[in-house]
Amino acid sequence: SNPFEVKVNRQKFNILGRKTKNDVGLPGVSRSKAIKKRTQTLLKEYKEREKANVFKDKRFGEYNTKMSPEEKMIRRFALERQQNYGKKNIYNLNEDEELTHYGQSLAEIEKLNDIVDSDSDTEERGTLSAELTAAHFGGGGGLLRKKASSGQQDEEEEKPKSRKELIEEMIAKSKQEKQERQTRRESALELTEKLDNDWKEIQTLIARKAPKLERKDKEAEKPKPDEYDMIVRELGFEMKAKPSERMKTEEELAKEEQARLQKLEADRLRRMRGIDEEVNRKKPSHMSADDLADGFILDKDDRRLLSYKNGKIDIENEEEEEKNKEEEEEEEGEEEDNENEEESEEETANEDEEDNAADNHSDLESDLESEEEAAGNKDQKKQKTNENESQNVKKLDPNMEAAKSELPYTFAVPESYETFKSLLAGRTIEQQLIILERIQKCSHPSLAMGNKAKLQKLFGFLLEYIGELATMDLPEFRTIDKLVLPVYNLCQMFPEAASDSIKFILRDAAHDMEEVTEVKGRATFPGLDTLIYLKIISLLFPTSDFWHPVVTPAFMYMSQLLTKCRITTLQDVIKGLFICCLFLEYVSLSRRFVPELINFLLGVLHISLPKKQAQGYTVVHPFTPVGKNLELLLVCDKKDLESWQKQNLPLSIVTRLNETSRTEMNHTRLSCLAFCFDLIKKSAALYESLPSFHEIMHPIRILLTQYVPVNEYPEKMKEWYHSAVQELENKVKHYTPMVCEKKKPVPLKQYTPKIVKVLEFGRKQASSKKEQERKQLIQRHKRELKGAIREIRKDNQFLARMQLSEIMERDLARKRKVKELLGSLAAQEGEWKAMKRKKGKN
Amino acid sequence: QLPTGLYKKVLVILHDSILPYMNEPTLMIDFLTVAYGIGGAISLLALNGLFILIHQHNLEYPDFYKKLYSLLDPSIYHVKYRARFFHLVDLFLSSSHLPAYLVAAFIKRLSRLALTAPPEALLMVIPFICNLFRRHPACKVLVHRPNGPEGMSEDPYIMEEEEPSKSRALESCLWEIQSLQNHYHPDVAKAAAVLNQSLSEIEDDISGLLELSAYELFDKEVKREAAEVPLEFEQIRGLFGKKNDIFAEHFTLD
Repeated sequence: SNPFEVKVNRQKFNILGRKTKNDVGLPGVSRSKAIKKRTQTLLKEYKEREKANVFKDKRFGEYNTKMSPEEKMIRRFALERQQNYGKKNIYNLNEDEELTHYGQSLAEIEKLNDIVDSDSDTEERGTLSAELTAAHFGGGGGLLRKKASSGQQDEEEEKPKSRKELIEEMIAKSKQEKQERQTRRESALELTEKLDNDWKEIQTLIARKAPKLERKDKEAEKPKPDEYDMIVRELGFEMKAKPSERMKTEEELAKEEQARLQKLEADRLRRMRGIDEEVNRKKPSHMSADDLADGFILDKDDRRLLSYKNGKIDIENEEEEEKNKEEEEEEEGEEEDNENEEESEEETANEDEEDNAADNHSDLESDLESEEEAAGNKDQKKQKTNENESQNVKKLDPNMEAAKSELPYTFAVPESYETFKSLLAGRTIEQQLIILERIQKCSHPSLAMGNKAKLQKLFGFLLEYIGELATMDLPEFRTIDKLVLPVYNLCQMFPEAASDSIKFILRDAAHDMEEVTEVKGRATFPGLDTLIYLKIISLLFPTSDFWHPVVTPAFMYMSQLLTKCRITTLQDVIKGLFICCLFLEYVSLSRRFVPELINFLLGVLHISLPKKQAQGYTVVHPFTPVGKNLELLLVCDKKDLESWQKQNLPLSIVTRLNETSRTEMNHTRLSCLAFCFDLIKKSAALYESLPSFHEIMHPIRILLTQYVPVNEYPEKMKEWYHSAVQELENKVKHYTPMVCEKKKPVPLKQYTPKIVKVLEFGRKQASSKKEQERKQLIQRHKRELKGAIREIRKDNQFLARMQLSEIMERDLARKRKVKELLGSLAAQEGEWKAMKRKKGKN
Repeated sequence: QLPTGLYKKVLVILHDSILPYMNEPTLMIDFLTVAYGIGGAISLLALNGLFILIHQHNLEYPDFYKKLYSLLDPSIYHVKYRARFFHLVDLFLSSSHLPAYLVAAFIKRLSRLALTAPPEALLMVIPFICNLFRRHPACKVLVHRPNGPEGMSEDPYIMEEEEPSKSRALESCLWEIQSLQNHYHPDVAKAAAVLNQSLSEIEDDISGLLELSAYELFDKEVKREAAEVPLEFEQIRGLFGKKNDIFAEHFTLD
């Protein structure tokens, strides 16, 4: 406004595209603003600095925004009345309170009301009465009204006429009603016609099968078009829905499944190579996420849990069948097997009575399988299976049925391990499985909030239970074998929790071993439970990954077992071979190299030989070239050698070996040796492609070819031996010189300018977002700090000014008072002197 | 002349508790040379004292490197004194005046023995070998031989040869490390894969790796956080129910 009050911030350069806010400043205005603000805030505070009293607003609801002013007034009035109530008016009996409404006394309002009523009386009363009569005395209403209206309209006409009219009226009314009925019927006809058209439209969608039936329906339900319409619609939709379900035929399902498996396999391979881990992390689209939602897998393999054949459990058979299926041998003779499989599946499906959906699904699945195998006689086969099924159901052990019916259908998830154990105690394997299945179903994570955590706990309990079963005197491996399935299902549902609990077990085991090695110097092999856990890991997780949160620690642990644990008994050897087996299984897909495995196999071979100076090879750590536990696997007894038959080692041998006889011990030794030969053969096949295969296998080959007393072995053993040696010998030696990967050529430095996109002027480029943010924050902090300091300074100046003005004011007042006093004194003095002078004169 | 346990105990403390306080440490020469000649763990331990004598007291030890070379056997990766031994070997091989054939022989032998080593030792020895390559670039033919003969049927290196110069190590390649690129432990595989690329100039610091124990490795892996846990997708049918399960062939569930 006033050019003298404007301060112009002159710019040195004009920059295109820059917007300036502060090219003109108004120092006077802003200063006065600041001073005003200070007087309102700072000065107030300053003036009240030594005052303890506070002004308090006690008005009712003054700051309550929720109350309307009316309400406020009412409440305030009520409060006031309450306060006044007991005080003054106790003795004041006569005085009535004057009631008010909106500040007016009620008495007055009443008076006014009366007046108003009387005013509107004439018109309103008449109409009201007419309406009232019509409404309340409906029966003779027509007549009365008639009368009234006629009375109003033409007053001359008398009663007889009105009667005639009445009859006429009645006739007219009935006619009108007739007409109305007719129109209604017509509209109904129209509706049905329209419906017919609609129906024809829909009919094209419905299959031709049941038109007759539909007709009948239509005829029957004609009078109620709406309902009928509804039903037809429903039918139409039903018919429509069916084909859409049909659309996903067995082939398509199979294709989908295949595609899924292919994708998973590709995923696995990628993880195995261990490349692009980051990419992997970015898109965690693992299949198990889908499975979680619908519990699909859960149902699917529950069906595989049990299978009865001729009234008794039949697992082995099924396993074989499964294998066959996967190998996809499409032979005619297999049909029967497949039938069995189907029937078993059907049966198990029958068993879980609750789940009809699952039933359907199993049908579908079995269809699928049969379709693949033999598309032709599918129907026939199905019939057969049904027959078989019914037969088998009859054959089921009645006891079993009874026992099953005793089981309750719902189970709460056990909260502690003890309750969990008591739940399963005393039940058969099948019952335990059913219980577990029901627990899972009853508390599926989609049903309630806490179920997820509960089921995760259940996984831990199951593992613990398995461990306990494995460490018993008579380990129940059959039960464990079955319990693995629910473990697998739970793991699929909660991979993180499962991995955590398994890791916990592993850590415990490793920790124990570490402690033992520190105390004794050497560790001993762990119990069967740990071995079983290790085996379960291979079932739950992909062991071929380059790195896996569970499998890699398991690898480390097993490696420690094979290198650190002392081998003193035959059990140790068996456990060691078990771990070798695990190693082989873990790396069977990835073909990774495990030195410990080779070392251990070499050691086992070594202890099967008679004591003599070994040359050309050296055994490493758990085994020693000399020492007391040599010849652990050596069998000298000719008779035992001859009577030996290769048999599978029962797992429980680990705990009960001591009780067996000498001959049996020797047989076990020989079995171990054969086992060892087989493992050598398998690892040779596995590591064939390694460039230094021959160096790796060199010591074993020397041992096998030069030291092993083949001639003393029985025929069977010779077979094992020869197959192992053959696997080792028939590998070609082939070495290609190594060549480094070529370096990427470093580009030469050039003179062309580097062109960088400028996103924002005045900002430092080429720094990460985080860094930029940090810088911005620092700068903002600096600016704020400066501003705050400036404000404080100005506050101080303002205060000082105020104090100064106060002092000046005070001084002024004092001066004025002193002057006044002096003035009055002077006047007194003057008067006094004047008096004196007067006296003196007089 | 001493029992083995005592021998070891003496040798363990010799280099820092006995030798510095002796007026004439050279008196220990005979003791140490005899100990060095015994072989096995005792030789490894005697090495330390011997080194001090050679380094500070002008002991001339004939065929020192040959002896050192012959000390390398599969047990070096498994014994307790691994860290101490490799620390010394690192010292001995740090001289850049050593002939290439000798270093190559050491490299080749170490890597050959690594085929039986546990992961914690492998994690130490692979950077060790990388360092040797950096110090002695002439040995790089072991990993990079662009015009070598194709289709050899034998590894030219002779493992049994005691004399490093005759072991023909320089004609060979480090196929062992190549095999270790397939090791099950991810870190070992990664470390071995480094040799495929051209090495950086700066030496790796292996002092921290010398004392690595298996339990530490395990602990590290267990504590590593994973963003997600991949799952096995193959359906299972019981404990030994996998496809081609080896267990089913050899064990029964009784």
